[in-house]
Amino acid sequence: MEQTHQPDPTRNHQMITTLQAERQASLQGRRTLLRLATAGSVDDGKSTLVGRLLFDTNSVLTDTLDSIEVASRRKGLERADLALLTDGLRAEREQGITIDVAYRYFATTNRKYVLADCPGHVQYTRNTVTGASTAHVIVLLVDARKGVMEQTRRHLAVAALLRVPHVVLAVNKIDLVDFSEDVFNRIATDFALLARTLGVRDSHAIPVSALEGDNVVTRSPRMTWYDGPTVLGYLESVDDTPLEIGESFRFPVQSVVRPQSAGQAPWAAGAPEVDADYRGYAGTVASGRVGVGEEVVVLPTGSRASVVGVDTPDGPLELAVAGRAVVLRLDRDLDVSRGAILTSADAPPALTRDLLGTVCWLTDRAASVGSRVLVQHGTSLTKAIVKQIDGVLDLDFDASSAPTWRSSDSLGLNDIGRVRLTLAAPLPVDPYREHRGTGSFILVDEADGWTLAAGMAGPSSLHTQAADPNDDIAEPVTT
Amino acid sequence: MTTTISTGAAPIPARALRPLSELQALESESIHIFREVAATFARPVMLFSGGKDSVVMLHLAAKAFWPAPVPFELLHVDTGHNFPEVLTYRDEASAFYGARLKVASVQDYIDDGRLRERPDGQRNPLQTVPLLDAITAGKHDAVFGGGRRDEERARAKERIFSLRDEFGQWDPRNQRPELWSLYNGRHLPGEHVRVFPLSNWTELDVWDYIEAEHIALPSIYYAHEREVTLRDGMWVAITPVTPVRGGEDVSVRSVRYRTVGDMSCTAAVLSTASTVADVITEVGLSSLTERGATRADDRLGEAAMEDRKREGYF
Repeated sequence: MEQTHQPDPTRNHQMITTLQAERQASLQGRRTLLRLATAGSVDDGKSTLVGRLLFDTNSVLTDTLDSIEVASRRKGLERADLALLTDGLRAEREQGITIDVAYRYFATTNRKYVLADCPGHVQYTRNTVTGASTAHVIVLLVDARKGVMEQTRRHLAVAALLRVPHVVLAVNKIDLVDFSEDVFNRIATDFALLARTLGVRDSHAIPVSALEGDNVVTRSPRMTWYDGPTVLGYLESVDDTPLEIGESFRFPVQSVVRPQSAGQAPWAAGAPEVDADYRGYAGTVASGRVGVGEEVVVLPTGSRASVVGVDTPDGPLELAVAGRAVVLRLDRDLDVSRGAILTSADAPPALTRDLLGTVCWLTDRAASVGSRVLVQHGTSLTKAIVKQIDGVLDLDFDASSAPTWRSSDSLGLNDIGRVRLTLAAPLPVDPYREHRGTGSFILVDEADGWTLAAGMAGPSSLHTQAADPNDDIAEPVTT
Repeated sequence: MTTTISTGAAPIPARALRPLSELQALESESIHIFREVAATFARPVMLFSGGKDSVVMLHLAAKAFWPAPVPFELLHVDTGHNFPEVLTYRDEASAFYGARLKVASVQDYIDDGRLRERPDGQRNPLQTVPLLDAITAGKHDAVFGGGRRDEERARAKERIFSLRDEFGQWDPRNQRPELWSLYNGRHLPGEHVRVFPLSNWTELDVWDYIEAEHIALPSIYYAHEREVTLRDGMWVAITPVTPVRGGEDVSVRSVRYRTVGDMSCTAAVLSTASTVADVITEVGLSSLTERGATRADDRLGEAAMEDRKREGYF
C-alpha cells in the first residue's frame, strides 16, 4: 500500500488517462449509476472487503490512508487495517462496532457505485432492509471456514423479501482454507439452493480474500480453478437495467406546476417557452416509461387523458424512463393534485382501503391490533389502523427448510410481519412483487412523525414454508 | 429487447430503455428531493454561500421548479471573513437564478457582544448561533444544505432528511431509517429537518455536472496569482484576516481554492488548473481529500466534524 505515497510518473500518467476517460464517459452520458448494498458481520470481513473495493479502485486518498495507518499502528497492527476506512462515528470507533448504514462511493469508467454498507449484529434487519430497499445488487459475506450460517440465511431472506435483483455471495477468507475448491463449491452449492428456495431471482458466488485482495478487484493467481468474475468484475458486467424500467408506467404526482406568468429564465436558455396558461404535473417516473401521445389513467379519480408533453428545462423529451424527474402535460384539465398517481391505461392498480402486506418493524415501539399509523405511499399520506396481524416471520430456519410464519399479536423491533391495514381513504397500491416503487410504503407515527416500518404490499416476494393463508392481492374497493 | 408499448405503437428501440446516465440519475434524485420538501414543508430555506456545492444545489433547485421560480429564500451565514470574489458571485448568482437572498452576519453578533472572537481567530465555529437564530426567526422547518456523504467519515451516515431538535442537534444513534425514495419529513413544533439533496454526489460528480451544465463558479476556484505563505503545511493567502507572521516567507504563486469558506481557515492549493478538465485531473490525482487539504477547522480533532454536527453546524 506504500505505493500511493510516492508519486510515480507512470502511475500518474495512467491515472490522468483514466480520469479523463471517466470524465468523458460522464459528460457523454455513457456512465450509469449502480446502487449496491453489502451485508455481513464484522467477523466475516465485510469492512475489509468494502475497504478493499475503495482502495483498489483508487477511491481512497492519502490523508485518509495516513490517518488509518496511524490508527492501525496505535492498535499494534503491522499493516493498515482497511476496515478502518469505513468506521464513521466515534462511538463506533470506541466500541469497534458499526451502528448504522453508511454510504460509500467508488467509480470506474463504466459505472458509478453507491454502496450502502449495512452492519450486521445490532439491528441487522433494520439496517439490511434499509440498504436493500434501493439496491440493485447485494453482496453478502461468509467466512469460508464457517460456510452459510444463520445470519447469511437471514440476510438472504431480507434480500428476497425486498426483491433485490442480484445477490452475490463473497466467500471470504478463502486463504484460510488453503484456497480450496472443494470448500468453495460446497458453500456455493448450499447458497444457490437456499437462494432458490427463498425466491431470489439471480445469485452468484465468488471466492475471495478481502485482506489479501484476491478476486476483489484483482484476479487471484492462487485459485486457477475459479474462472468466474472478481467482485468488481461482476459489478461491472451485471445487467444495470433497473427492474423498474421493465414494469408498467407509474408516476406519483409531486406537485402541480402553474407558473402563471410567461417568460424564460436566463439560466434555462434551452427550455421551451412557456405561456401564462402552462399547467403541468411534476414528478419522478417511478416505473416503466412515458412518451408523448400515450394514454394515462389518473388515480384515484380514474379519469383518462393523453400525454401531450414530457417537459424538462433542458427541452422536451420523447420518452422518459423510470428514475427520471420530469413535468408531464396532459391534453385536458383534470382534477389532479399531489398524491395522485398517473398510470398506464392497460394495467392500472386497483384502489383499496384494505391494505395487505409485509412490514419490517424498524423501531422499539411495538404495534398491535388497533394501533393508529400514517401510511406514506408514493406522494400521499393516509391515516390507517392496524386491523390484523397475521403472523411474524420466523427466520430461525435451517439449511434444509425455509422461513415460517408464527402467530403473534404484536410487532416489535426487527420483526417482519404480515399485516392488514384499514385505510382512511382508498389508495392505488401495486403488489410489491410487480412494482418496487408503488408497491412500497412506510408507516409513520402519527404523534411525533417517527418512521415505524417499511412495508411491501401484496403477497410476499420471499418464499416461505407454510403457505401464507392471506397470500392474495389486496381486493378492490366496491363502490 | 423488443418490448412494445401498450398502445400498439412502433417498438421502442432498446437504446431508449437503457437506464439513466449517472448524472441524469443524480440530477433526478436531487430534483425529486427538492420537490418533496417544497410540497410538504411550510417554510423551507436553502443555505447558499456561493461555494461550488451550493451553486450546484441552486442550479438543481431552479431546474426542479421550472417553469415556476424557486419557491424559497436563500440564506447565507456571512462570517465577515469571506472572500470578496465569492460575495460578489453570491449576489450575482442569486439574481441569475431568480432567488431572494438573506444574509445573517457573524460580524454583527461579535460587534454587539452576542458572540466573542475565538483565540485562534477561526469564525466557522461561530456560525452555529446566527444560523440557528435565523432558522428560528424565519420559522424555517426545512433547511437545505450542500453536504455530501463522501466528504467526511461522519457524513457517510447522515440521512438525506436529517431531523434536528430545538437546539439544531444531530443524534447519530437515533436517526430515522430512510427507505426507497420515501422521505419522511414529519416533525414536532420546534424541530426542523436538514435536507441534503447532494448526499449521493461525489466531488468529481459535482465537477462533471458543472462542466456538463456550463455552471459558472467564483473565479477563485480556478488558478490565479496570489500572495501566499506556507503555514502548517498549507498555502495560506496573505489577507487582512490572515496577515503575514514574523519569519514567514511570502511569495506570489499560482493557486486555486478547492473550497471557498472562511478566509481564516481556508487554504489554497498550488495549481495551474484553469478549466474544469484541468481541475478534474487535479482533484482526481490529488493525494488529499477535499476537507483535509484545505480546511483548518477539520484538523481540530479526529472527530471534529461529528462534534460540530451534533451542535447544529451542517
